[in-house]
Amino acid sequence: MTVPRRLLIPASLGAGLLVLPIIGLVLRAPLSTFGSLLTAPATLSALWLSVWTSTASTAVCVLLGIPLSWVLARAQFRFKSLLRGILLTPLVVPPVVAGVALLSAFGRNGFLGAPLRDGFGLSIPYTSIAVVLAHSFVAMPFFILSTEEGFRALPPRLEDVASTLGADAWTRFRRVGLPLARPALIAGAVLAWARSLGEFGATITFAGNYPGTTRTLPLEVYTQLQADPDAAIVVSLLLLIICVGVLAALRGRWLGGLR
Amino acid sequence: MRRFAAVLLLASSLAGCTNVTATKPNELTVLAASSLTGVFTELQSQFEATHPGVKVKLVLDSSATLSQMVEQGAPGDVLATADQRTMDHTRIAGGIVGQADQFATNTMVLIVPANNPANIKSLGGLSAKTDFVVCVPTAPCGAAAAALLTTNHVSAQPASEETDVKAVLNKVVTGEADAGLVFTTDALSAGDKVRQIAIPGASQAPNTYWIAQTKQAEVSSLAQDWIDLVLGPNGQAVLARAGFATQ
Repeated sequence: MTVPRRLLIPASLGAGLLVLPIIGLVLRAPLSTFGSLLTAPATLSALWLSVWTSTASTAVCVLLGIPLSWVLARAQFRFKSLLRGILLTPLVVPPVVAGVALLSAFGRNGFLGAPLRDGFGLSIPYTSIAVVLAHSFVAMPFFILSTEEGFRALPPRLEDVASTLGADAWTRFRRVGLPLARPALIAGAVLAWARSLGEFGATITFAGNYPGTTRTLPLEVYTQLQADPDAAIVVSLLLLIICVGVLAALRGRWLGGLR
Repeated sequence: MRRFAAVLLLASSLAGCTNVTATKPNELTVLAASSLTGVFTELQSQFEATHPGVKVKLVLDSSATLSQMVEQGAPGDVLATADQRTMDHTRIAGGIVGQADQFATNTMVLIVPANNPANIKSLGGLSAKTDFVVCVPTAPCGAAAAALLTTNHVSAQPASEETDVKAVLNKVVTGEADAGLVFTTDALSAGDKVRQIAIPGASQAPNTYWIAQTKQAEVSSLAQDWIDLVLGPNGQAVLARAGFATQ
């Protein structure tokens, strides 16, 4: 099939818009100091923090998001579409607003944070837990979007058959729904992980910015921009490389069946 | 399609946000350290009153960020920093024209929320149990805070390093932090929402404020007018009222 010529110009402009900044980043990379900046303690500590908090928040998304997606895909109740709309708002809310919202709930003076602090001496802001919470808040909707779609795409007939064979609701979820929706679950988890890794606004607003505990890779980029722009570029490239790796994995064997 | 969505997201989260606006001949863009927020806002209306038809645009951020912006050629006619280091940095990078003038000094102070939840009485009262916040060491307020914590032998680590002094102030005003290190003028601007505690040695090592015209200044005479206003009696009076020490 041929593509109409007149689409080629806007198409290449669109591709350029997406590709040129990335080329710019690569071109600006300081070659002589690249290695030393990449292995600087600040970079490595931010990398480790980013990796483990993103992984933890992906675990939160999987453990809480799968049941939630199943409920949204299978249960019938009033105001379900309203609930879904509310659950998916973090997709479009600016992350800094998400940070302010998290502060008003879990901050030291938040409506949940204050009793937690007074009652149990627990304070969430400025800890890595706050980072995981912020990541989960922004990443969960991506996970739900992917998994709910996966669950909905399953032919209802399969669960009907399982039902006639004596499978109860729990067994149908565990033995039919979960295995068949696996590609969507994995795609959702990878997407949630990637979104967590890139999270900036909610994290700096809610969790703060301290090396080792809350300064993830994107915050390290932002902080380094003030001090050493070369270091900021190197850390940006590191994030870019990780993202490309994630995409390659998505395309590759894990999700071969999705293509 | 999802895999492409992921790239977009990550790319967008990597992108910083810089305000890019073209300077028109009747518009003066002043890049100022965020501790100058109150003073420069007041001078803005004075300046506009004496320069009919001219609009002053204030860009308030950390001096380090502004210094970067100037070096990158971001629009801005005047740069005012909260320490000599960031101004020197800009000068060496060729970001300013002519000389930079010192126009005020400011001292650091410890602030706690009005109800002082952690019952902090001095800088020495900061411990691992108190959530206190400072600026990142690259910002003038952070460099000054780090130096004062060292000279006062406070080994406790801050809970967070905010990117500018107003963010530190905000954490204390909203009670999200037990204490913070800010400039005297920031503490004054918060009124009775915070309590001030003097820091030993702070007045011996004040931060100096510097102002200069940027190399990309498009309306040189307006930029000079602004600098003259800040250095002149009117500007100095407004600075003094806000708690700055003037020349």
